[in-house]
Amino acid sequence: MATLEQVEPANGQDDGIRRRDFINVAAVSFAGVGAVAVVLPLVTQMSPSADVLAMASTEVDISKIAPGQAIKTSWRKQPVFVRNLTAPEIAAAKKVAMSELRDPQSLAERTKAGKENWLITLGVCTHLGCVPLGVAEGENRGDFGGYFCPCHGSHYDTAARIRKGPAPTNLVVPDYSFTSDTVVTIGLGEEV
Amino acid sequence: MSFAWAKPYEPKSDFSRWIDQRLPLPRLVYGAIGGGYPVPRNLNYFWNFGVLAGVFLTIQIITGIVLAMHYYASVDGAFTSIEHIMRNVNAGWMMRYAHANGASFFFIVTYIHIFRSLYYGSYKAPRELVWMLGLVIYLLMMATAFMGYVLPWGQMSYWGAQVITGFFSAFPVVGEPIRIWLLGGFTPDQAALTRFFSLHYLLPFVIFGVVILHIWGLHIPGSSNPTGVDVKAERDTLPFHPFYTAKDGWFLGLVLAAFAAVLFFAPNALGHPDNYIPANPLSTPAHIVPEWYFLPFYAILKAFTIDFILPAKLWGVLAMFASILLLFFLSWLDRSPVRSGSYRPVFKRFFWILVADVVVLGWAGGSTPTPAVVAISQIATAYYFAHFLIILPLISKFERPLPLPSSISASVLHGEKQESAPYGLAKTAPAPAE
Repeated sequence: MATLEQVEPANGQDDGIRRRDFINVAAVSFAGVGAVAVVLPLVTQMSPSADVLAMASTEVDISKIAPGQAIKTSWRKQPVFVRNLTAPEIAAAKKVAMSELRDPQSLAERTKAGKENWLITLGVCTHLGCVPLGVAEGENRGDFGGYFCPCHGSHYDTAARIRKGPAPTNLVVPDYSFTSDTVVTIGLGEEV
Repeated sequence: MSFAWAKPYEPKSDFSRWIDQRLPLPRLVYGAIGGGYPVPRNLNYFWNFGVLAGVFLTIQIITGIVLAMHYYASVDGAFTSIEHIMRNVNAGWMMRYAHANGASFFFIVTYIHIFRSLYYGSYKAPRELVWMLGLVIYLLMMATAFMGYVLPWGQMSYWGAQVITGFFSAFPVVGEPIRIWLLGGFTPDQAALTRFFSLHYLLPFVIFGVVILHIWGLHIPGSSNPTGVDVKAERDTLPFHPFYTAKDGWFLGLVLAAFAAVLFFAPNALGHPDNYIPANPLSTPAHIVPEWYFLPFYAILKAFTIDFILPAKLWGVLAMFASILLLFFLSWLDRSPVRSGSYRPVFKRFFWILVADVVVLGWAGGSTPTPAVVAISQIATAYYFAHFLIILPLISKFERPLPLPSSISASVLHGEKQESAPYGLAKTAPAPAE
C-alpha cells in the first residue's frame, strides 16, 4: 500500500532476487516456527496427564490366592489377572512346543524365577481390548484352559499365550516385582 | 452457476432492496433453495433424502444443544446425569430419545441418499467433488456418532470406546502410542470422556460447514436426475420453489411421522440394553456390538482371522478403513459414461447384489462370530471389494447400455404436448439457452 518498491538491478544481481525477498522469507519462516511451537502444546495436552501417570504402580496382596485360583485387580485403570497356577497347569504350559505358538514365549519368560506358579498378566485381550473370561470360578476358560475372550473368541492357554482366535499376541505381562513373598508391586519402575 | 434461465432474485420492497445492496443473503438463499434454482423436473422420491439428511442434522444439533445443558461429562456423573435427564428434566426423556433415534434416522436417510447416488451414478463427472464431500460428511458423521455413543458412559459406551480406539493399536510401532494419546490414558477414562464430549459438540458444526460445500458443489452443475441425461433446456427443469419445496415438505411430514412413531412407541428398539448398565472397566459385556449403522463395517473388521504377512487384526482394521476410502475413487473405477442405472442392464443387477451384500454384512456384524457367520462375512467382504475393484470396471468396459432418451422432457412427456405445460408454467417456447 505505502510505497511500491522498484526492482533494483543496481546491486549487480539481475536474477530477479531482491533484498526484500530475504526479509519476506525470513518473516514467514519465523512465523512458521512460531506456529509449530504452538502446535506442540496443543498436541501434547492430549497425552496422559500427570495424575494419570501417577497411578503407575499398585500393590497386590497375593496371600489369599490358593493354587488354581485367580483374582482380578486394577492397575492404571486396566484389569490385571493374578493367577496361582496348579502343577498340572504349569506342566501343560511347559509341554507346548514353541513352534505351535503364534507369539512364542515360554512360561519361564512370562513369570519370575522361582515363582513359576504366579502368572500375572493384563486382563486386556490383545485383539481389541475386551476383558477375557476365566478368572472367576465357573467362567469359560477356552479350549486351552487359560482365558477366553468372549468378544471375538480368542483362546489363551494356561500361560495366557494366544492359541486360537483373532488376537495377535499373548496377554501382556506387566513389569512387576515381589516386594515380599505375599505382596506384588505392579508397574514398578516402568517408564511411560 | 446454474442455468441461463434461472430466475434472478428481485427484491420486493424497499427494505429488501436495501438489504440486497449491502448483504445479498436473501439473494443467495433464493438462488440456492428458492425459485432461482432450476431443478430437473423428473426427480423421483429418492431425491428427497438429501433434504431429509439436512433436517435430521438440524434435529441432532438442536436436541444436542439442549441435552448438553443437562449432561455432565464426568465418569462419576455422566451415567447419572443421563438418568437425571430421563427422569427429572422437563421433557428430558423426549429430547434424549429424539437425539438417540435422530442419529439412527440420520443414518437411514443418509444410507438411502448414498445408495441413490450409487444407482443413478451421481458420483460421475461433473459431480465427483460433490460425491467426495458427501463421503467426508459421512466419515464425520461416523466419528460424531461414535463419540456421542460413548457419552452416557454405559457398558456399551465404555467397551465401544475400548474396541474402537483399539483399532489404532493394530498399527505396528506407532499404534499403541497413538491410542494412548487419543485416550489421554491407558484405557477410556475421564480424559477420554471429556475430549469426546468436546469433539462431539464440535463436529456437527464441521459437518454443517461441509454440507454447505456439498450443496455449493452440487449447484454448479445442478442436481442429477433419474435418466442421468444432462439438462438441455428450460422445459427440462422446474424452479426448486414451489415445486420441490412442496414435494420435500410433504415427504418430510411422512418421515417425521415415522420418526415420531419410533420416538414415542419404540424408543429403545434401535439401542442396546447393556448401555443401561453403568460402565465397568473390569467386566466386558458378553456380546459387544456397535450401533446398527456400523454393523457392516464391524463384519469386515471381524472377517479377517488368519495372519497373512500382516497380523489378522491389522488386516481387519485396514480393510474396514479401505471399504470407505475406496469410495473416494469410485468416480474413476466406474468408467461408463452412462450415469443412470436404469439404462445399464448389467450394472443394475450387480447394484442390487451389492445392496444385498451390505445387508448380509450388517447381519453378520451383529451376530455372534460362529464359524459359519465368519465364513459368510468373509465371502461378503470379498464380494464388497470385488464389486468396486473388479466388477464395476469390467461392467463399464463390456456393458451395452440401453438407448438414452434425447432429453429429460422427452423422457417424461412421452410426446403428449399438453403435459409440457403443467400449472400454466413454462408457457414460453424455451429459447436455446446460452
